[in-house]
Amino acid sequence: MKIFKTAFFAMLAFASVLTTNLAHAADVAAAAVVPTVAVVPAEVPVNWHAVVMFLIFVAVTLVITYWAATRTKTATDFYAAGRGITGLQNGMAIAGDYMSAASFLGIAALVYMNGFYGLIFSVGWLVGWPIILFLIAERLRNLGKFTYGDVVSFRLSQGPVRTMAAIGSLIVVIWYLIGQAVGAGQLLHTLVPQMSYQLSIVIVGALIITYVTFGGMKATTWVQIIKAGLLLGGATLMAIGVMAHENFSFAKLFSDAVAAHPKHLDIMKSVVPIGAKANPIESISLGLTLMLGTAGLPHILMRFFTVTDSKAARKSVLYGTCFIGFFYVLTFIIGFGAIVLVANNPEYVADISKSVLNLKGGGSMPAVYLSHAIGGNLFLGFIAAVAFATILAVVSGLTLAGASALSHDIYARVIMKGKATEKQEVWVSKMSVIGLGILAIFLGIAFEKQNVAYIVALTFSVAACTNFPILVLSIFWRGLTTRGAVVGGYTGIFGSIGLLLIGPTVWTKVLNMGPAIFPYDFPTFVVLPTVLIVAYIVSVTDSSESGKKERAAYDAQMVRAETGLGAEVGASH
Amino acid sequence: MSELITAKILKNPKYLQLVKQRDTFAWTLSAIVCVMYFGFILMIAFTPDVLTQPIAADSVIPLGMLIGVGVIVFSCLLTGIYVYRANQTFDPIVNEIVREASK
Repeated sequence: MKIFKTAFFAMLAFASVLTTNLAHAADVAAAAVVPTVAVVPAEVPVNWHAVVMFLIFVAVTLVITYWAATRTKTATDFYAAGRGITGLQNGMAIAGDYMSAASFLGIAALVYMNGFYGLIFSVGWLVGWPIILFLIAERLRNLGKFTYGDVVSFRLSQGPVRTMAAIGSLIVVIWYLIGQAVGAGQLLHTLVPQMSYQLSIVIVGALIITYVTFGGMKATTWVQIIKAGLLLGGATLMAIGVMAHENFSFAKLFSDAVAAHPKHLDIMKSVVPIGAKANPIESISLGLTLMLGTAGLPHILMRFFTVTDSKAARKSVLYGTCFIGFFYVLTFIIGFGAIVLVANNPEYVADISKSVLNLKGGGSMPAVYLSHAIGGNLFLGFIAAVAFATILAVVSGLTLAGASALSHDIYARVIMKGKATEKQEVWVSKMSVIGLGILAIFLGIAFEKQNVAYIVALTFSVAACTNFPILVLSIFWRGLTTRGAVVGGYTGIFGSIGLLLIGPTVWTKVLNMGPAIFPYDFPTFVVLPTVLIVAYIVSVTDSSESGKKERAAYDAQMVRAETGLGAEVGASH
Repeated sequence: MSELITAKILKNPKYLQLVKQRDTFAWTLSAIVCVMYFGFILMIAFTPDVLTQPIAADSVIPLGMLIGVGVIVFSCLLTGIYVYRANQTFDPIVNEIVREASK
């Protein structure tokens, strides 16, 4: 513990050196004090509101991390916050874990560019939640310990099934991390131009390593709760600001938006991105991916192990769904508000003679500039700090989920075959956090100039085609055997990645290989049924002794899933 | 010991009834969400014109916007209904089954 405390203060010192350097760099304007700080033209003023609010948030979260570190002693504390999180707290944390910068800035930006089309994402990303509640949440809590791999390998062979589950988790986690890191770098660099893209990513990486290694799930949970509060509060204020400007009339908001947008009424008529050709199969596949991918995200599934019992797990989904649903309605108002207040405004638009829509600083900026249009620099600073908090909270959850797949599934169960001590396992987990944090920093920097548009499709496709179907089959279908789960799982992983590689975004746009071999961006409509069929056929043709035992073990698994008898005990209050 | 309890529960008709009742409820609600959502998605895929027609002659608001927001609100309501019924009906039965088996 002592060594961790010392290291913790060393990290704190590192962070403060970084920030003072930054402030100093800003004071002397163009002079770059730290080599990584980019030289900027003198006329760009420092956004002090944003910087001060970043620092307040960072200070508060570091205090929480210190508090959590003194209370994190066992593996259950580290992975699952001691199972002492209440339903309401977990509902907030779920919202904080799930509402990423992609859904805040991304949906607002989609609506800003395409109008109605953005709503499909809001709806699709919400409807996964009722399914998680009805079918997964309580049974997951009753069967598992720390990872979703615990649940799928409950009655199946530990080694192969956990390896497959961990690979599925890690692919989702690492790609999601890249997307978040690139977003963080671009956003922070745009908001505080004195801070370079690289330095922004290093700061994010250093902070999440600090939170997660020292504070584990407790610190992660509270960072997510605070962030959810800030994000919901900020988005509500922004939506109220928009509606106040529009005399609290939706009719006026939408007709003003139609008048302001260069495509006018098309923003209400297009069900695909404006300018794209209608494609029914793509729309269906997108719909499937958004809904079922949510139910297969490892960092989301992990949250259900932090609550006291299955009843709290159930309540937490209700709270989480309501927060997320409310938030998605707000992002829709924010997107339309940005069409009215941000487009056509020379202060925000990059080159008004070319396009009245394209903004300075890139595609994810509409919500950020809207905050400026509504509440000036102070509100912009607040929303910028909220966006920063959002990235930190999501990245912390992802890193912890990735580390637990490596330490709990791969190290403790596959390599050590259950013989590792709790101490060793937590140590490996902390090392994995540091490793994943550093990997995220490097990949974030490496992908700076890459087209990362396919990342959402990739992570959600793997989650929807691998993690989700195997989880549901293992819980509900007696007939699933190790062979079926493993062959089905790898079909999902390789199938979705393979088809994405030869799909329009990667094959044509990223790799420049000409027309795509597989003409759809979202492969779920092909891969998901294939996975189900493969898992079914391989399982029913499995006549091995172990297969018979696995089917026979289903009854006991089901009793535990349905009644919670024998489930991991939560902390009492 | 726990195997004994499990065996007892498996023979308890209350358990079998609970599982049947709760699974029917959960899968029915899931089906409602899927029908609602894929209804919306299929309209996007095959009849976008219906979805994008304005809700009134003098309005720019498309019908699909109301449907989309409706799907979000209704999803939240359904999760509420599930939690209410699970708290009121299913939890007491589960507790009873576990108590009887642990005797």
